[in-house]
Amino acid sequence: MNRFIGFIKKEFYHIFRDRRSLFILFGMPIAQILLFGFAITNEINNVDIAIFDHSKDATTKEIINKISASKYFSIKQMVTHEADIASVFEKGHVKAVLNFEKDFSKNLIKDHKATVQIITDATDPNTANTISNYVNAILQQYQKELNKDITIAYQIVPETRMVYNPELKSVFMFVPGVMTIILMLVSAMMTSISITREKELGTMEILLVSPLKPIQVIIGKVFPYIFLSIINAIVIVVLSIFIFNMPVQGSMLLLALESVLFIISALALGILISTISATQQTAMMISLMGLMLPVILLSGFIFPISSMPLPLQLISNIIPAKWFIIIIKGIMLKGVGIEFIWKETLILVGMTVFFIALSVRKYKIRLE
Amino acid sequence: MSITIQHISKSFKDVVALKDVSFEVKEGELFGLIGPDGAGKTTLFRILTTLLIANEGTATVAGFDVINDYKSIRNSVGYMPGKFSLYQDLTIEENLIFFATIFGTTIEKNYDLIKDIYIQIEPFKNRRAGKLSGGMKQKLALCCALIHKPKVLFLDEPTTGVDPVSRKEFWDMLKRLQKKGITILVSTPYMDEAELCDRIAFIQDGKILEIDTPEAIVKHYPKPMYNIRSNNMYQLINSLKAYEHQHSVYPFGEFVHYTDNRLDFNPKELMLYLESKNLSEISIQITQPTIEDTFMELAK
Amino acid sequence: MSTNKVIQVDGLTKMFGDFTAVNAITFDVKKGEIFGFLGANGAGKTTAMKMLIGISNPTSGKANVAGFDVFTNAEDIKKNIGYMSQKFALYDDLTVKENITFFGGIYGLSRSKIKEKSNALIEDLGLETVANQLVGSLPLGWKQKISFSVALLHDPKIVFLDEPTGGVDPITRRQFWEMIYKAANQGTTVFVTTHYMDEAEYCDRVSIMVNGKIEALDTPKNLKTQFKAANMNDVFLKLARG
Repeated sequence: MNRFIGFIKKEFYHIFRDRRSLFILFGMPIAQILLFGFAITNEINNVDIAIFDHSKDATTKEIINKISASKYFSIKQMVTHEADIASVFEKGHVKAVLNFEKDFSKNLIKDHKATVQIITDATDPNTANTISNYVNAILQQYQKELNKDITIAYQIVPETRMVYNPELKSVFMFVPGVMTIILMLVSAMMTSISITREKELGTMEILLVSPLKPIQVIIGKVFPYIFLSIINAIVIVVLSIFIFNMPVQGSMLLLALESVLFIISALALGILISTISATQQTAMMISLMGLMLPVILLSGFIFPISSMPLPLQLISNIIPAKWFIIIIKGIMLKGVGIEFIWKETLILVGMTVFFIALSVRKYKIRLE
Repeated sequence: MSITIQHISKSFKDVVALKDVSFEVKEGELFGLIGPDGAGKTTLFRILTTLLIANEGTATVAGFDVINDYKSIRNSVGYMPGKFSLYQDLTIEENLIFFATIFGTTIEKNYDLIKDIYIQIEPFKNRRAGKLSGGMKQKLALCCALIHKPKVLFLDEPTTGVDPVSRKEFWDMLKRLQKKGITILVSTPYMDEAELCDRIAFIQDGKILEIDTPEAIVKHYPKPMYNIRSNNMYQLINSLKAYEHQHSVYPFGEFVHYTDNRLDFNPKELMLYLESKNLSEISIQITQPTIEDTFMELAK
Repeated sequence: MSTNKVIQVDGLTKMFGDFTAVNAITFDVKKGEIFGFLGANGAGKTTAMKMLIGISNPTSGKANVAGFDVFTNAEDIKKNIGYMSQKFALYDDLTVKENITFFGGIYGLSRSKIKEKSNALIEDLGLETVANQLVGSLPLGWKQKISFSVALLHDPKIVFLDEPTGGVDPITRRQFWEMIYKAANQGTTVFVTTHYMDEAEYCDRVSIMVNGKIEALDTPKNLKTQFKAANMNDVFLKLARG
């Protein structure tokens, strides 16, 4: 046991003395969260929009005035033909078109209900989402004023239609994604680098020619990174809660346990990488190309898996990150308990066990 | 016997690193494996320290088989790989403590063994290994290899890249360790270090050329050796190489070491030949062959 | 400046902050001389050599290499010297021929000149069979011989060798020194830094640096007499231990 503690102590020396890596280790999650957080901003200003007013009556004029008076929108042009809607988008002049139905006022008075369609350019999904929220807010405000002294409420029904990217995902999607990337990076890349560094230095030879058991070396290597990864996960969650008001609906304990599970599977991958690479450089390349890219591209973090071609959808199934993202999305955003994510958890457990077994098997007690 | 090696061969893909190597090292012996880079020294060390498995042959270290009893060997040998494998970001003291703990011991327990060496680097014990000079790294690496009181010590090129002063001190330390009963197998590319060993094995291209004591190896040299000097070294070498009776011509510092292939060689004749080549200040004197001469003769 | 002195150094000093790495060294090297520049690790040899080959600026003192001042004409120095180090000499992932062509190219040799030189070099070293093999696959001794020849490709006035023959087998080492003798005989000055004392014995003159200063400078023979030593190793030990 003494041997083991001595080993872990040494690992912590390495970590804390390498100021640059340490800075990256803890700076990265913060930078990433802030970057993603502010890039996906909720503020909009003077967004150019177009209006297609079929009705051209007093009510629509009033609504248009209200919209135009707000600092959020500026009306760039009035569209007169249905067919022109597509072309204003294509020319890139406007981000959204408001389409008031025919006889808007009349409908509102007669049926107490009128419809306005909000068409947004969802190639920039976050802006699109925000625009529709703001328009909704203005409409609601107007509705309230209208209903002040009326017994039967008038109702304006906004119909949101997003073009070009109908499957808009939640704004908060980035937090689970970033968390997955960071945990993967810290766990897999850092472990594989720290093991290959010993190979490069030649100290691995001495460790092998010592009574230390392979399992002691492996656990000694991964232990510090479990610890660091957990700290990172906490930093990410705390940041997202306090800076971006991201709700964590589900159980914190479950979130923590699932994170540890994912960390362990990433660490096992890191060990696996170190067994097949001789230098730190190769380890880093394999980690980046072999782990990071799939995590970013195929896990559903950025591109929805459901819209991928079938072969890629199938491949995405063997990526642990995919399952982890589903799990933490469930916990953080939907607030579900283990009863809804047990299947994904089980898959992740299976993968982890497989990776650990494989890496222990692959870990060589000799050189070569 | 502390180390026995029988018919060991090892290849990496199509490169033969060791070819039918056999020798024995007695208990308490200081045994030198002498040969240039790429001769197979490191491969042999790795087989003996259980890091590699030979394609053919068997070997034992401290009575244990290198394959079946590898765990026992790992507990009872000290190994100092080439290029002083230390943790650069750990201090002298931390490196030593680390290696002591993984071998399940403490510095205090075996301090008497490393004391002589450790005292020299102790004033710098809080300095990181990466900031040490070659000689200090070498001493620290030796301390780390000794900290668990091994029965057999494997030192792979411990003096490469180290200046002469540190080299000298290092060999003095090895002699003292030997007196404490530790068997030492050391490899080196420096021929001048060979004579400091009890016995040596010449190795080149994976083959053992000769095994004996340094004195005996030199005595086996088959021909009388001559030191030749003149006013122009380059022309002297060319002239000697062009001489029809030459057996070997090697520059040796300010001299050329020359052997002749005739039994009745007369230096005067050679003198006349060299003079005919417009060389002056010629001197030809008989000398003792060195270990390096012997190596070159065997490797020829 | 006397034409037969290709390196003239006078009071050359290099400071790193408070630390004096090279402390007012003074020496000359003659044309065609094999000059050994000795010292323990950290004695300041590398720093001194970097100043001479024009890649490090001296703090004070004077130095003239191949007819150019190290302060003002460092770029001209680089064109007139060859350099070979044990740590890096050739690209392992290029063939022998490609290496020669590359190094000929960076020294501005014409295409036809490179071809001519490269053929001569390959023939001289007997490399015909391996000319198109990757350098990485060749034995260390061959690499060193090739890189020495490559350092001489542009007919430099001086060739600087940084610990050239460590770890090579004794026969190859001698072949290497024969090449050095040949170059010196043809008028190229050879400047060798080393801490291998047996290499020092081959030099015409050697200087020994201790703690940034040149503590001894003479022929190996005179140094051995002066220090009453059997070989250069003993000379070095006596000097280094004070």
